[in-house]
Amino acid sequence: MLKGYVPPYNATVVQRLLDQGAVLMGKTNLDEFAMGSGSTDGVFGPVKNPWSYSKQYREKRKQKPHGENEDSNWLITGGSSGGSAAAVSAFTCFAALGSDTGGSTRNPAAHCGIVGFKPSYGLVSRHGLIPLVNSMDVPGILTRCVDDAATVLGVLAGHDPKDSTTIQDPGKPFMLSSLTDVSKLCIGIPKEYLVPELSSEVRSFWSKAANLFESEGAKVIEVSLPHTSYSIVCYHVLCTSEVASNMARFDGLEYGHRCDIDVSTEAMYAATRREGFNDVVRGRILTGNFFLLKENYANYFIKAQKVRRLIANDFVNVFNSGVDVLLTPTTLSEAVPYLEFIKEDNRTRSAQDDIFTQAVNMAGLPAVSVPVALSNQGLPVGLQFIGRAFCDQQLLTVAKWFEKQVQFPVIQLQELMDDCSSVFEIEKLASVSLKQ
Amino acid sequence: MAAPMLRGCCLGRCWALACIDSGSRHGRGAATGFTCSGKRGQSFVAQQPLLTAQKSRKGEHKWAAVVGLEIHAQIASNSKLFSGSQVHFAAPPNSLVSFFDASLPGTLPVLNRRCVEAAVMTGLALNCHINKKSLFDRKHYFYADLPAGYQITQQRLPIAVNGSLAYSVCVGKKWRQVITKTVRIKQIQLEQDSGKSLHDELRSQTLINLNRAGVGLLEVVLEPDMSCGEEAATAVRELQLILQALGTSQANMAEGQLRVDANISVHHPGEPLGVRTEVKNLNSARFLARAIDYEIQRQINELENGCEILNETRSFDYKLGCTVPMRDKEGKQDYRFMPEPNLPPLLLYDTASLPAGADPQQVINIDRIREQLPELPSETREKLIQQYGILPEHSFALLNEVGLLEFFQNVIKETRAEPKKVTSWVLNIFLGFLKQRNLAVNESPVTPSVLAELLNLLDRKVISSAAAKQVFEELWRSKGKTPSQIVSERKLELMQDEEALERVCHTVMEGHPQVVMDMKRGNPRAINKLIGLVRKVTHNRADPTVIKEILEKQLSS
Repeated sequence: MLKGYVPPYNATVVQRLLDQGAVLMGKTNLDEFAMGSGSTDGVFGPVKNPWSYSKQYREKRKQKPHGENEDSNWLITGGSSGGSAAAVSAFTCFAALGSDTGGSTRNPAAHCGIVGFKPSYGLVSRHGLIPLVNSMDVPGILTRCVDDAATVLGVLAGHDPKDSTTIQDPGKPFMLSSLTDVSKLCIGIPKEYLVPELSSEVRSFWSKAANLFESEGAKVIEVSLPHTSYSIVCYHVLCTSEVASNMARFDGLEYGHRCDIDVSTEAMYAATRREGFNDVVRGRILTGNFFLLKENYANYFIKAQKVRRLIANDFVNVFNSGVDVLLTPTTLSEAVPYLEFIKEDNRTRSAQDDIFTQAVNMAGLPAVSVPVALSNQGLPVGLQFIGRAFCDQQLLTVAKWFEKQVQFPVIQLQELMDDCSSVFEIEKLASVSLKQ
Repeated sequence: MAAPMLRGCCLGRCWALACIDSGSRHGRGAATGFTCSGKRGQSFVAQQPLLTAQKSRKGEHKWAAVVGLEIHAQIASNSKLFSGSQVHFAAPPNSLVSFFDASLPGTLPVLNRRCVEAAVMTGLALNCHINKKSLFDRKHYFYADLPAGYQITQQRLPIAVNGSLAYSVCVGKKWRQVITKTVRIKQIQLEQDSGKSLHDELRSQTLINLNRAGVGLLEVVLEPDMSCGEEAATAVRELQLILQALGTSQANMAEGQLRVDANISVHHPGEPLGVRTEVKNLNSARFLARAIDYEIQRQINELENGCEILNETRSFDYKLGCTVPMRDKEGKQDYRFMPEPNLPPLLLYDTASLPAGADPQQVINIDRIREQLPELPSETREKLIQQYGILPEHSFALLNEVGLLEFFQNVIKETRAEPKKVTSWVLNIFLGFLKQRNLAVNESPVTPSVLAELLNLLDRKVISSAAAKQVFEELWRSKGKTPSQIVSERKLELMQDEEALERVCHTVMEGHPQVVMDMKRGNPRAINKLIGLVRKVTHNRADPTVIKEILEKQLSS
């Protein structure tokens, strides 16, 4: 739909980075319109997880170190901001922006072994963020370490007059303090997040993390978020409804793709939208419009809003009872191969993979995924911290402490670089000849 | 033509098609009863100007019509409701369109403070309850002039509710009797205007101009308390005057700043309300009453012929003078209303609830706005009546023309003539001249000072009434001359020499003994003849009243 569209303005988050001297390396791939949890449904093709080519993974798979062209079993990055996660993970840039509506920043961060931060709703401007679900979207920050994420947040956070849902405070850069004493901290472990589908490895990392906090003096308690089981369905109703509304503007009339049919306005709209959207997007639009029909509105949309309030209140109650930060898994398992991922459709996958992340969006809370360790297959696993609304700084402080404790290994892409070095040689020659 | 026994759905459509397609077949009884009875096949369209709802057809039960209105007024603000692009009439196409107006992805609405103030002012002026919390919603439909695919409006909780609008209808001969009626105001809501589409039939294309897309509108919903076109038109006129007095909208129908949709149904008194139709986009003050009355009569005719009224949307064809179904609205639309997630609830305060230390730029205080409301037309009229003793219908007339009140007041300031005299001159002679030449008050060649001077001359009895009118005509034609100049140039001064006048009267009476005899006998017309003769002799320079006095005195002596 937006093929060839060059936006005539910069998003606030982009502009703020540019104003601070950031250099734009490029734009990254994603699931179309941020709908998906694998970054496999984009018009430019699927995104490949750099860890597929890492020494750590390859060694475990007993693959030949060089010349193995057959990478048909490469892994997904997760999504929907997979391209950004891959870019950061592969050291191509200092940081990348993504979006997070149901976990789209944290999910690929976990799969790519990097930090994926979702700010509190209202802290960072959405002006320029193509909306998916206006009441849940936030721009996400992907970096290799928590301090970097804090640096970016310091530049981005604060009031934007162009976004009426941002807070009034202007915001300013800050430095994260280095926590040494966690004895005053209370960590909550939501029991409803212990689901059968959770891989044993991730569960064990989760458990170890809890123990780590406890052994260092923090209070670690089990808490309950009773309405967790309804959140997927609730999210589905609200998400598709807002999507149907937000996608109504794509008609090919003012910008973007327009079909060739000009028999009538209706025919033009219909053909343009058929051509411009993939199945996933069209499916969600139809679903959302169904929920918004007069006869369905009360039963679906209004009900879902009420359930959303209950879910948000679950978090409020837990934080009011003295818990500072919640600790949960980010994903059910480590990244899976692409061929396996596509065996199920987008909707099924999203429903499965968003399970730990999307309740946070519904409640508007800040959350961050921090890589904890490598799995048996040599792939990254991340854990999620959830904080109180607008206590982003405190959340990142805890995350930073944890990061220092676990010492997650750096991705080893040396072989990949060696493979590429021949390419670099050719490039050097080219640049020399040009100079002549 | 349709088969004679057609009823129900087909009937309405066939009839309407006949109306549109057969421009030359007006007289073929296109409208009323062409199916069932076939007898009343008169050309309804030709009769159109004479029809009013009050006239009931002979031999039928009485019908009562019920009219409700939805009025859209463009807010007079510098920028649009949710974006910073300017608001201007007749700018080059698509030159006032911001990224948000064009629905570029990623753009967000930002509420315009002035528009909110305009809504609060209007709500207060119309006696509404102002909702301290109101909400914005999205109303979805696909149309080329709606770039986002939805309009941001206030469906769940509008900014103002439960008000009233008082308007006065003049009844009786010469509109002497003035009755005040009230129509309830259901609500006032803020919403976006759409762009404009221009259909180019020749090239089979539609041209879209988004200059108007996103301009702030006040939708004022009037309950169905009106019963005919005239009441509706008067209510709209009064609303126009109020909006103009407040400055919240220029409310100029010709420029599209005020648009009216009417909901019309008919029923027998005592029975339940009938099915209503909506007549959309009545954009002309002149045709508003006609269109409504036409639709009322159409419905009555349909029902009297045993047919049903469809709950449909119609528009008014100005050329043919009839309402026609709008073809491009298929069935009932489901607008899939949804809360607008990008706009938090709109919170207004009053002095009691204003948070301490609140930034005055960021909050709106209803009480302050109420204190600063300008004088409303009804107040102005009342003051005029009290201050100058003019009649109610004159106060209406003074307010009804742009600039006329100011003109009137300026004349009053500079003249000693009685207000009643001034009123008469301004409303009859001055306004008459304007209307004849199709001029607005501010285009008048005669300024208030000039008219004041003329009226002073009249007041001092320097000239007669007839002479004054002559002078006025001259003033209108040739600028630069003062009334006094014209009077002396054309020797229009009244004879001041009473003795000379007495002599003339005496002479005339002597010269016409027969007339004098008639006078003595009590013939009232006789004296007029004498007066006329005296006037002739004096070249109209004698005041007829004085002549009469002298003649009567001389007669009795």
